[in-house]
Amino acid sequence: MPKRDDIASVMVIGSGPIVIGQACEFDYSGTQACRVLRAEGLRVILVNSNPATIMTDPEFADATYIEPITPEYVERIIAKERPDALLPTLGGQTALNTAIALHSAGVLEKYGVELIGADVEAIERGENREKFRTIVSEIGAESARSWICHSMDECLQAVEDLQYPVVVRPSFTMGGAGSGIAYDESDLHRIAGAGLQASPTTEVLLEESIIGWKEYELELMRDNKDNVVVICSIENLDPMGVHTGDSITVAPALTLTDREYQHMRDVGIDIIRAVGVDTGGCNIQFAINPDDGRMIVIEMNPRVSRSSALASKATGFPIAKIAARLAIGYTLDEIPNDITKSTPASFEPTLDYIVVKVPRFAFEKFPGADTTLTTNMKSVGEAMSIGRSFPEALQKALRSLEKKEAIFSWPADRAEVDCADLLNLMKRPHDGRLSLAQLALWAGSSLEQVHEATNIDPWFLDQIMQINEMADVIRAADSLDAEFLFAAKSMGFSDRQIAQLRNSTETEERRHRHSLGIRPVYKTVDTCAAEFEASTPYHYSSYDEENEAFPTDREKVIILGSGPNRIGQGIEFDYSCVHAALTLSEAGYETIMVNCNPETVSTDYDTSDRLYFEPLTLEDVLEIVHLEAQSGNLVGVVVQLGGQTPLGLAQALADEGVPIVGTSPAAIHLAEERGAFGQVLARAGLPAPKHGTASSFQEAQLIAVDVGYPVLVRPSYVLGGRGMEIVYDDSMLADYLERSTEINADHPVLVDRFLDDAIEIDVDAIFDGTDLYLAGVMEHIEEAGIHSGDSACVLPPITLGPSEIERIRESTRAIAEGVGVIGLLNVQYALADGVLYVLEANPRASRTVPFVSKATAVQVAKAASRVMLGASIADLRTTGLLPLHGDGGTLPEGTAISVKEAVLPFGRFHGVDTVLGPEMRSTGEVMGIDDTFGVAYAKSQDAAYSGGLPSSGVAFVSLADRDKDAAIGPVRRLSEIGFTIVATSGTAKFLRGHGIEVGVLRKQHEGRGADGEPTTVDAIMNGDVDLIVNTPYGVGPRADGYEIRTAAVTKGIASITTVQGLSAAVQGIDSMQSMQPGVRSMQEHALDVARLRAEADVLDGRG
Amino acid sequence: MSASDDHVGKNHRGKRNAVLMLEDGRAMRGFAYGAEGTTFGEAVFSTGMTGYQETLTDPSYHRQVVVMTAPHIGNTGVNLEDGESSRIWVSGFVVRDPARRTSNWRASSSLEDELREQGIVGVSGIDTRALTRHLRERGAMRVGIFSGAAAEAPDSTLLEVVLASPLMQGADLTSDVTTAEPYVIPALGGRRYTVAAVDLGIKSMTPHRMAQRGMEVQVVPANFDWDQISQLAPDGVFFSNGPGDPATAEHAVDVMQAAITAGVPVFGICFGNQILGRALGLPTYKLRYGHRGINQPVQDLSTGKVEVTAHNHGFAVDAPREGPFRTPFGNARVSHVCLNDDVVEGLECLDVPAFSVQYHPEAAAGPHDADYLFDRFADLMAQAR
Repeated sequence: MPKRDDIASVMVIGSGPIVIGQACEFDYSGTQACRVLRAEGLRVILVNSNPATIMTDPEFADATYIEPITPEYVERIIAKERPDALLPTLGGQTALNTAIALHSAGVLEKYGVELIGADVEAIERGENREKFRTIVSEIGAESARSWICHSMDECLQAVEDLQYPVVVRPSFTMGGAGSGIAYDESDLHRIAGAGLQASPTTEVLLEESIIGWKEYELELMRDNKDNVVVICSIENLDPMGVHTGDSITVAPALTLTDREYQHMRDVGIDIIRAVGVDTGGCNIQFAINPDDGRMIVIEMNPRVSRSSALASKATGFPIAKIAARLAIGYTLDEIPNDITKSTPASFEPTLDYIVVKVPRFAFEKFPGADTTLTTNMKSVGEAMSIGRSFPEALQKALRSLEKKEAIFSWPADRAEVDCADLLNLMKRPHDGRLSLAQLALWAGSSLEQVHEATNIDPWFLDQIMQINEMADVIRAADSLDAEFLFAAKSMGFSDRQIAQLRNSTETEERRHRHSLGIRPVYKTVDTCAAEFEASTPYHYSSYDEENEAFPTDREKVIILGSGPNRIGQGIEFDYSCVHAALTLSEAGYETIMVNCNPETVSTDYDTSDRLYFEPLTLEDVLEIVHLEAQSGNLVGVVVQLGGQTPLGLAQALADEGVPIVGTSPAAIHLAEERGAFGQVLARAGLPAPKHGTASSFQEAQLIAVDVGYPVLVRPSYVLGGRGMEIVYDDSMLADYLERSTEINADHPVLVDRFLDDAIEIDVDAIFDGTDLYLAGVMEHIEEAGIHSGDSACVLPPITLGPSEIERIRESTRAIAEGVGVIGLLNVQYALADGVLYVLEANPRASRTVPFVSKATAVQVAKAASRVMLGASIADLRTTGLLPLHGDGGTLPEGTAISVKEAVLPFGRFHGVDTVLGPEMRSTGEVMGIDDTFGVAYAKSQDAAYSGGLPSSGVAFVSLADRDKDAAIGPVRRLSEIGFTIVATSGTAKFLRGHGIEVGVLRKQHEGRGADGEPTTVDAIMNGDVDLIVNTPYGVGPRADGYEIRTAAVTKGIASITTVQGLSAAVQGIDSMQSMQPGVRSMQEHALDVARLRAEADVLDGRG
Repeated sequence: MSASDDHVGKNHRGKRNAVLMLEDGRAMRGFAYGAEGTTFGEAVFSTGMTGYQETLTDPSYHRQVVVMTAPHIGNTGVNLEDGESSRIWVSGFVVRDPARRTSNWRASSSLEDELREQGIVGVSGIDTRALTRHLRERGAMRVGIFSGAAAEAPDSTLLEVVLASPLMQGADLTSDVTTAEPYVIPALGGRRYTVAAVDLGIKSMTPHRMAQRGMEVQVVPANFDWDQISQLAPDGVFFSNGPGDPATAEHAVDVMQAAITAGVPVFGICFGNQILGRALGLPTYKLRYGHRGINQPVQDLSTGKVEVTAHNHGFAVDAPREGPFRTPFGNARVSHVCLNDDVVEGLECLDVPAFSVQYHPEAAAGPHDADYLFDRFADLMAQAR
């Protein structure tokens, strides 16, 4: 059946901010869907609150709404745009839940919007555990024995039948949020209690434990003619018990016979039919008992999922793209296979390579968080690799993670390794388990022992043993001849690992290898194991016989991506890389992308002219450069868009003679090395906070006294504010040095004056060597000292005047000139007592580039990419990529206000303190845009947290002494607009003294009152509090605040930890009470800005 | 390290001690795998990611050297249930990474031990993707595998030997693979039909699928004539898959024509499809590199539905795809085509009860999407009563 002709416009809902369990894979799927739908001539209306996504670029939809993904806002957009259909299956659980809510509320019916891609009943059958269980048993398959419970009493009853341990799974949550394994009754109370809370239907499932079983996933697609195909099978190396998002996974499944695989396939197909996913994809998870093959169906996602993105990249079969076309009426046999172009999509991809995905965790950012891996997903990103064997793919994946400790290594002596200890440690699934298994196998533990401790399939363990054996051979060989070295390389050993084993250097090993003529070949991902010719250049490296990737004779640019998502380096950088690819292709270059993150748009083979799915290490990049330099003209490598990962390679690449595009490595060094940067500032006459570098406590103390407390201390050469703290006196300084870092001449500590009460300003700019384009000036809402990535900010800045902006412009220009920037520059300033201090400068794309692009309606990353390759800002103004006059610092009066808010993962890490600090911990961001700051801020809160800001109710206030004066105004306003204020005794007394009516709640350490008066935590847990304001004490015990904040996280109550945040929230609540906010598309916003600019030009006499 | 001691070092095979020599002169060097020695055959590649045991034991692969495109082979060992016949039929086996450790609860032996025991010469460490691309571009061709001492001869000598080995085209291999004596596979759950299955190289899953539908299957040698078969009073006659060039299968064509003439329902799979083609007067031809895999999209032209199917054929029937055509037995039509390349995948007689498919509805290895064809055969037999 061809495309339906009764649908002319489709609304697509995105997945909102990047959070654990729902990351940029949905930007990838959403972007694919938007592309396809527009190519089919449909009008596309997109809603997504996340400005860092590619999909929210104005060019990917006809009307793009960066608004909160809540039924209320989406209804307003529907009322305005009147789409014919809504496609909810490409934006994760967020989109699906929103669509169901709109359906249940009758909104879709009211506006005549048809749900396509999956109907509500099918979604319900797939996601409701009871209904799904029934389906599984009706088709003759098995589910784990289980009980559905709606209360703790029911849970306790169920356990009598099932026995501990039991698995707890709340219904309708994403990424397994709220689920876990209960080993005893206290676990059950904790996990099932939270699960009942997290589930929108107050429903949890308790089921028999199948921990340790083999775990598999199938990705299926079905069309409206009932054709079903299995796109990919995925095997989890980590057995049941670890969330698949946290597991090392392998495609295709490697330890099943055809009979077992076909049985799984049959059951999968029966399920997709019975559930009724009739146009689109789904993911089904299975467990298999390794002892007897008993197969259990675990669950299904009746939508495009994280695994679908992985499966798409693993097979070359673009699931989201095909799902979008199926949703508008096509059938699989009518859609051509993208890669071969000559065969149809109604087939099952077959792989002649192995794909390994490894998760990346960020536990170091969350001290106190439990690192045990459970059914509740905890990883923040992932890397994927492709190799011709499992060892090759595994080792490539591990080095793609950019975590040194993840890479296999071998101590000098087996005797150093305590196998018994390792075997014990590896029983607990955690992020370092695979390395423990590898080390134990090397040091003498038997495969059986390691299998018993981990339940990892013996086949995988034997492969790891083979890697270990090869390591021993590498170490013991007198010299590595070509045959040996080739064998080692084909098991994935990097030059650096070989150097470690042979006590030499990576460079020496590389020279030796090249002298023997050993280089990787590049193979193609073609969906068909070479049965048909592939026309799409999607490549991976392998040490094998034949190269099949032939470089073209064009002018080409290599763009280095940003690797696995992590806190501080995520989708924002992928955004810039994708923009570079798009604009440089347009400018006539052949664009070549290198990246290893399967979740991204950059690793879609459609994004660039060529894609190398490869680790971002020096070795891997040099080999691609070598290949591509064989033919055509390699203009250079773009390193400034992918964040710190490619930037860190710049100098080494330049040392090997590789041309770097834009800002030179020497200039990068000037900005990154503190001493050199200090000189740049001194020459330009720009002030920086007083600081020093200390190699001992005594030195640190002297510097602190000299610059004055409070001071900001951190180890040198760290990223993302890692290990950074604000200390207020000598004893805190001593405590920090003892607790957080080693200090000596090799590991100095930086001590900076901390600017209390300063306004922090973030600036993105483009410099072409002559002109500066000030792309955006963002004012942080929280004070300086909170990591810029975690701070909310507003653009245009609301408290800065033209003269301050002008100073910022001049300072930024001076830094750009002094450093020698060609391309992007990000500078952080602090404005205190009229002095504009320079905090730091980064000569690269920043996290804020996409936000700035959207808020100012200018494609900043595209313009910067052109500048890097030689275009001038003046050129770009005339060709329209930049505005003719003015810049992001001179937004005309009347420009809408945009607020960016960070989204933090505290809900995932039970017990971690939520106080914001100099160390970045947010995973994602949202944007609110409106005419006034208050509404824009309120929208950002609605988008960031479920429920957003309360409009009325009880506000609990507890303030540090230093915040009390500043809080009077906003607390009074809260009271005036109808909130009941309650506080702890000290804060209550203070507020009453200023004429504010306040009730008193008991502090935690005071315990309950004589008549059972609740403590604050009790009140929060009872649901008697709607808003929590709790600013931390600068010095002294934090315990009370900590309990309160933790309770707030548990109950999902809005919690504010700074006075500035309070002030903004009050403005938000205030303005939302007085009006119902409207919605505006990015396209309308761009027209507004252009019109306002033109009007301003007329006034200025430029028109 | 007791259990795994004997594995240690097995992956560092040192010098490459095996040669795969192609008839066009390309030589690829790898490691001896399975039995050591020399073997010849037509090199074909199979793209299935599972099911190597079924592939190895499928009689249709007789005299072929099978190249597996999936890189890791042998992970689940071999077991007592999944064989498609009582022995391995491939003449040689080419893989990239053989498993050293078997991991499956049903495994009874490791694959390599099984290969060695049955004297199957293989080669590992080959860039099987490069080889597959070569075969795709140049077509299936004769190869030789030489391992151990045999690999030490100069390439020119090895090439001469390969060029002297027999061609697949024109090969009549049925007598090599067919059963010597008739045997019976009883119906499961009560007999409803009797089927005479002409064994041209039958896979054991095929009679099993029929038995599941109440058919008692009388498997008969390929040289049985129609008189012998009709004495069984079959409700239907089945013509199996098998190796070789269909152009040589005169006897089978005669038997099938007799069956059709007698009005007995006829069903053919793979080689059986080519026999039906010939019985209807259609020519067969050799495909450049054939279809071998378990992911092939076949469209049922009567419903428009697509099934994902298992294929193993190097020859195909040439028939008009549009509309019915005349045959000595009335009208017939193409019922199924492969969507990848439009190759005829099924034939259906419109005036007599006979049909066939080029692919493998019995699957083993492969998906079960085409299972319904056995029901269709049962229906035909029911109607013919």
